[in-house]
Amino acid sequence: MKNKIGLPVGVLLILAWCLLPVAWIISLSFKSQTAITNGSPGFFPASGDGAGWQNYADVLANDQFRRAIINSIGISLIATTLSVLIATLAAYAIARLEFRGKKLVLTMALVIAMFPVVSLVGPLFDLWRAVGLYDTWPGLIIPYLSFTLPLAIWTLSAFFREIPWEMEQAAQVDGATSWQAFRRVIVPLAAPGVFTAAILTFFFAWNDFVFGISLTSTEAARPIPASLSFFVGSDPFNRPASLLAAGAVISTIPIVIIILLFQRKIVAGLTSGAVKG
Amino acid sequence: MTIQAERPAHREKPRSGKPVASDRMRAEARLGQRLVAPAIVLMLLVTAFPMLRALYLSLFNYSLTAPDDREFIGLGNYGVALSDPLFWKTTGVTVLYMVVTVGFELVIGFAFAMVMHRVIFARGIIRTSILIPYGIITVVSGFAWQFAFSFQNGFVNNWLPGISENFNWFGETTPAVIAIMVSEIWKTTPFMSLLLLAGLAQVSEDMIEAAKVDGATWTQRLVKVILPNMRAAIMVAVLFRALDAYRIFDNIFVMTAGAVNTESISFLTYRQTIEQFQIGIGSALSVLLFLSVILIAFLIVKIFRVDLADARQEK
Repeated sequence: MKNKIGLPVGVLLILAWCLLPVAWIISLSFKSQTAITNGSPGFFPASGDGAGWQNYADVLANDQFRRAIINSIGISLIATTLSVLIATLAAYAIARLEFRGKKLVLTMALVIAMFPVVSLVGPLFDLWRAVGLYDTWPGLIIPYLSFTLPLAIWTLSAFFREIPWEMEQAAQVDGATSWQAFRRVIVPLAAPGVFTAAILTFFFAWNDFVFGISLTSTEAARPIPASLSFFVGSDPFNRPASLLAAGAVISTIPIVIIILLFQRKIVAGLTSGAVKG
Repeated sequence: MTIQAERPAHREKPRSGKPVASDRMRAEARLGQRLVAPAIVLMLLVTAFPMLRALYLSLFNYSLTAPDDREFIGLGNYGVALSDPLFWKTTGVTVLYMVVTVGFELVIGFAFAMVMHRVIFARGIIRTSILIPYGIITVVSGFAWQFAFSFQNGFVNNWLPGISENFNWFGETTPAVIAIMVSEIWKTTPFMSLLLLAGLAQVSEDMIEAAKVDGATWTQRLVKVILPNMRAAIMVAVLFRALDAYRIFDNIFVMTAGAVNTESISFLTYRQTIEQFQIGIGSALSVLLFLSVILIAFLIVKIFRVDLADARQEK
């Protein structure tokens, strides 16, 4: 009986928890910059404090931020592609083949996933400057690969273990060539897992901050999170909150699109690596 | 078979029966090792090598501002770090962040998981919304909450009863730490709730129903049936989140930049190496940070007896 009212209330609480801060940052992005400088408390812009799309126009007109968007998209996509490719090979071997060192790979992946990233940036900073990778795209892609591989390997090997591999032989018995059997039978079965791993990898790369601020110094490679944190405006003691909010909303759009399209897959991937549901 | 029977001492891996490896098995092993090699190389390149280098550099008095004055001082940097009250204070603050955020996330995340487990309508909408905090950039979450708590442009002071409109959350340690924790908890609770939801789905409904028939109250069913049966899921979630929370960095950087004693151990390490170019002492801090993460992982695994293989359902 209690549940009848409790459940909808619970649902509303979850929605409020998840969406209220998002609504807040959107609302903030529509406050005018003068209103921010003078102080404009309140959830919604007060009357006369609205700025329309001005903040978005200003942020997109900012050269550094535009570069950051390109950097983030480029670096994240390349890192995701390579990571998933390499992880697929490894996960296939782990799920399908018997070889020594299999446990070692999984353990190593787990240890690296728990590694304190900050303890690496000092030496990496030093090393990258010595070999000329500092402030370049590859300089960020390589660490992203190392830190997304564990996640991708665990997710993919959990997925691959569920695939009924006998179907490949069954197709061959039915007269398919081995390429056809792979292409028509195995690829469609493996694709959802690969796809899920790609999404999780992309999220990691898109979200990274520590490498982004430590291993870059100019807009040549600086990704969005780092760029946002260095976006100070004219007065360093009063940050241009509404401009930053507009930048924040823009940086969240790709994430929201991915979530809207693939929510089911993401949930499956998130839980398959750790606990199977 | 006979060879195995003669050597009963080899018990660790009864399945691999190594002595008579056929060509096919050897080829399979070679292929397997070749397929995992690129992943291993990449993972080690950015972790093992820099870590060893940090270990080496931590033995020197070395600063990028005066690179020629580099000298070997043995464990001197560790002595400096471990005898500095700042190190212990930041470690204390970091442990506080970890314990409080993981505690809140566990309770709220479990409540969310219970709701999601029972609900039959609007599942798509809930799933979409719950993934948004998970997917959002941590820096963006930090900004959103920093501005929300700001007395100049935020709404929290207006909404919270008993808080003056001009209260500055970032002027003192306690409120600033609370603000940072709120951002951290907001962003990571959904992840926790999804892991717990997966665990909840594994608890058999029949068992809960049986307990109900036997007259167990709601609390008894929760404590005696549901929680023990999803222990593995809870422990894996706690382990992952605790290690993640111990590395807290982004929110602190964005919200306070370490001011008013909100600095975590990650932030201190970053400040020494990247901002002040003190590679020697910074490397020592890196090593200590790494060791403390291992210690925490070890403690959680030992105290709660987490079996990761069990969590993956490897039999």
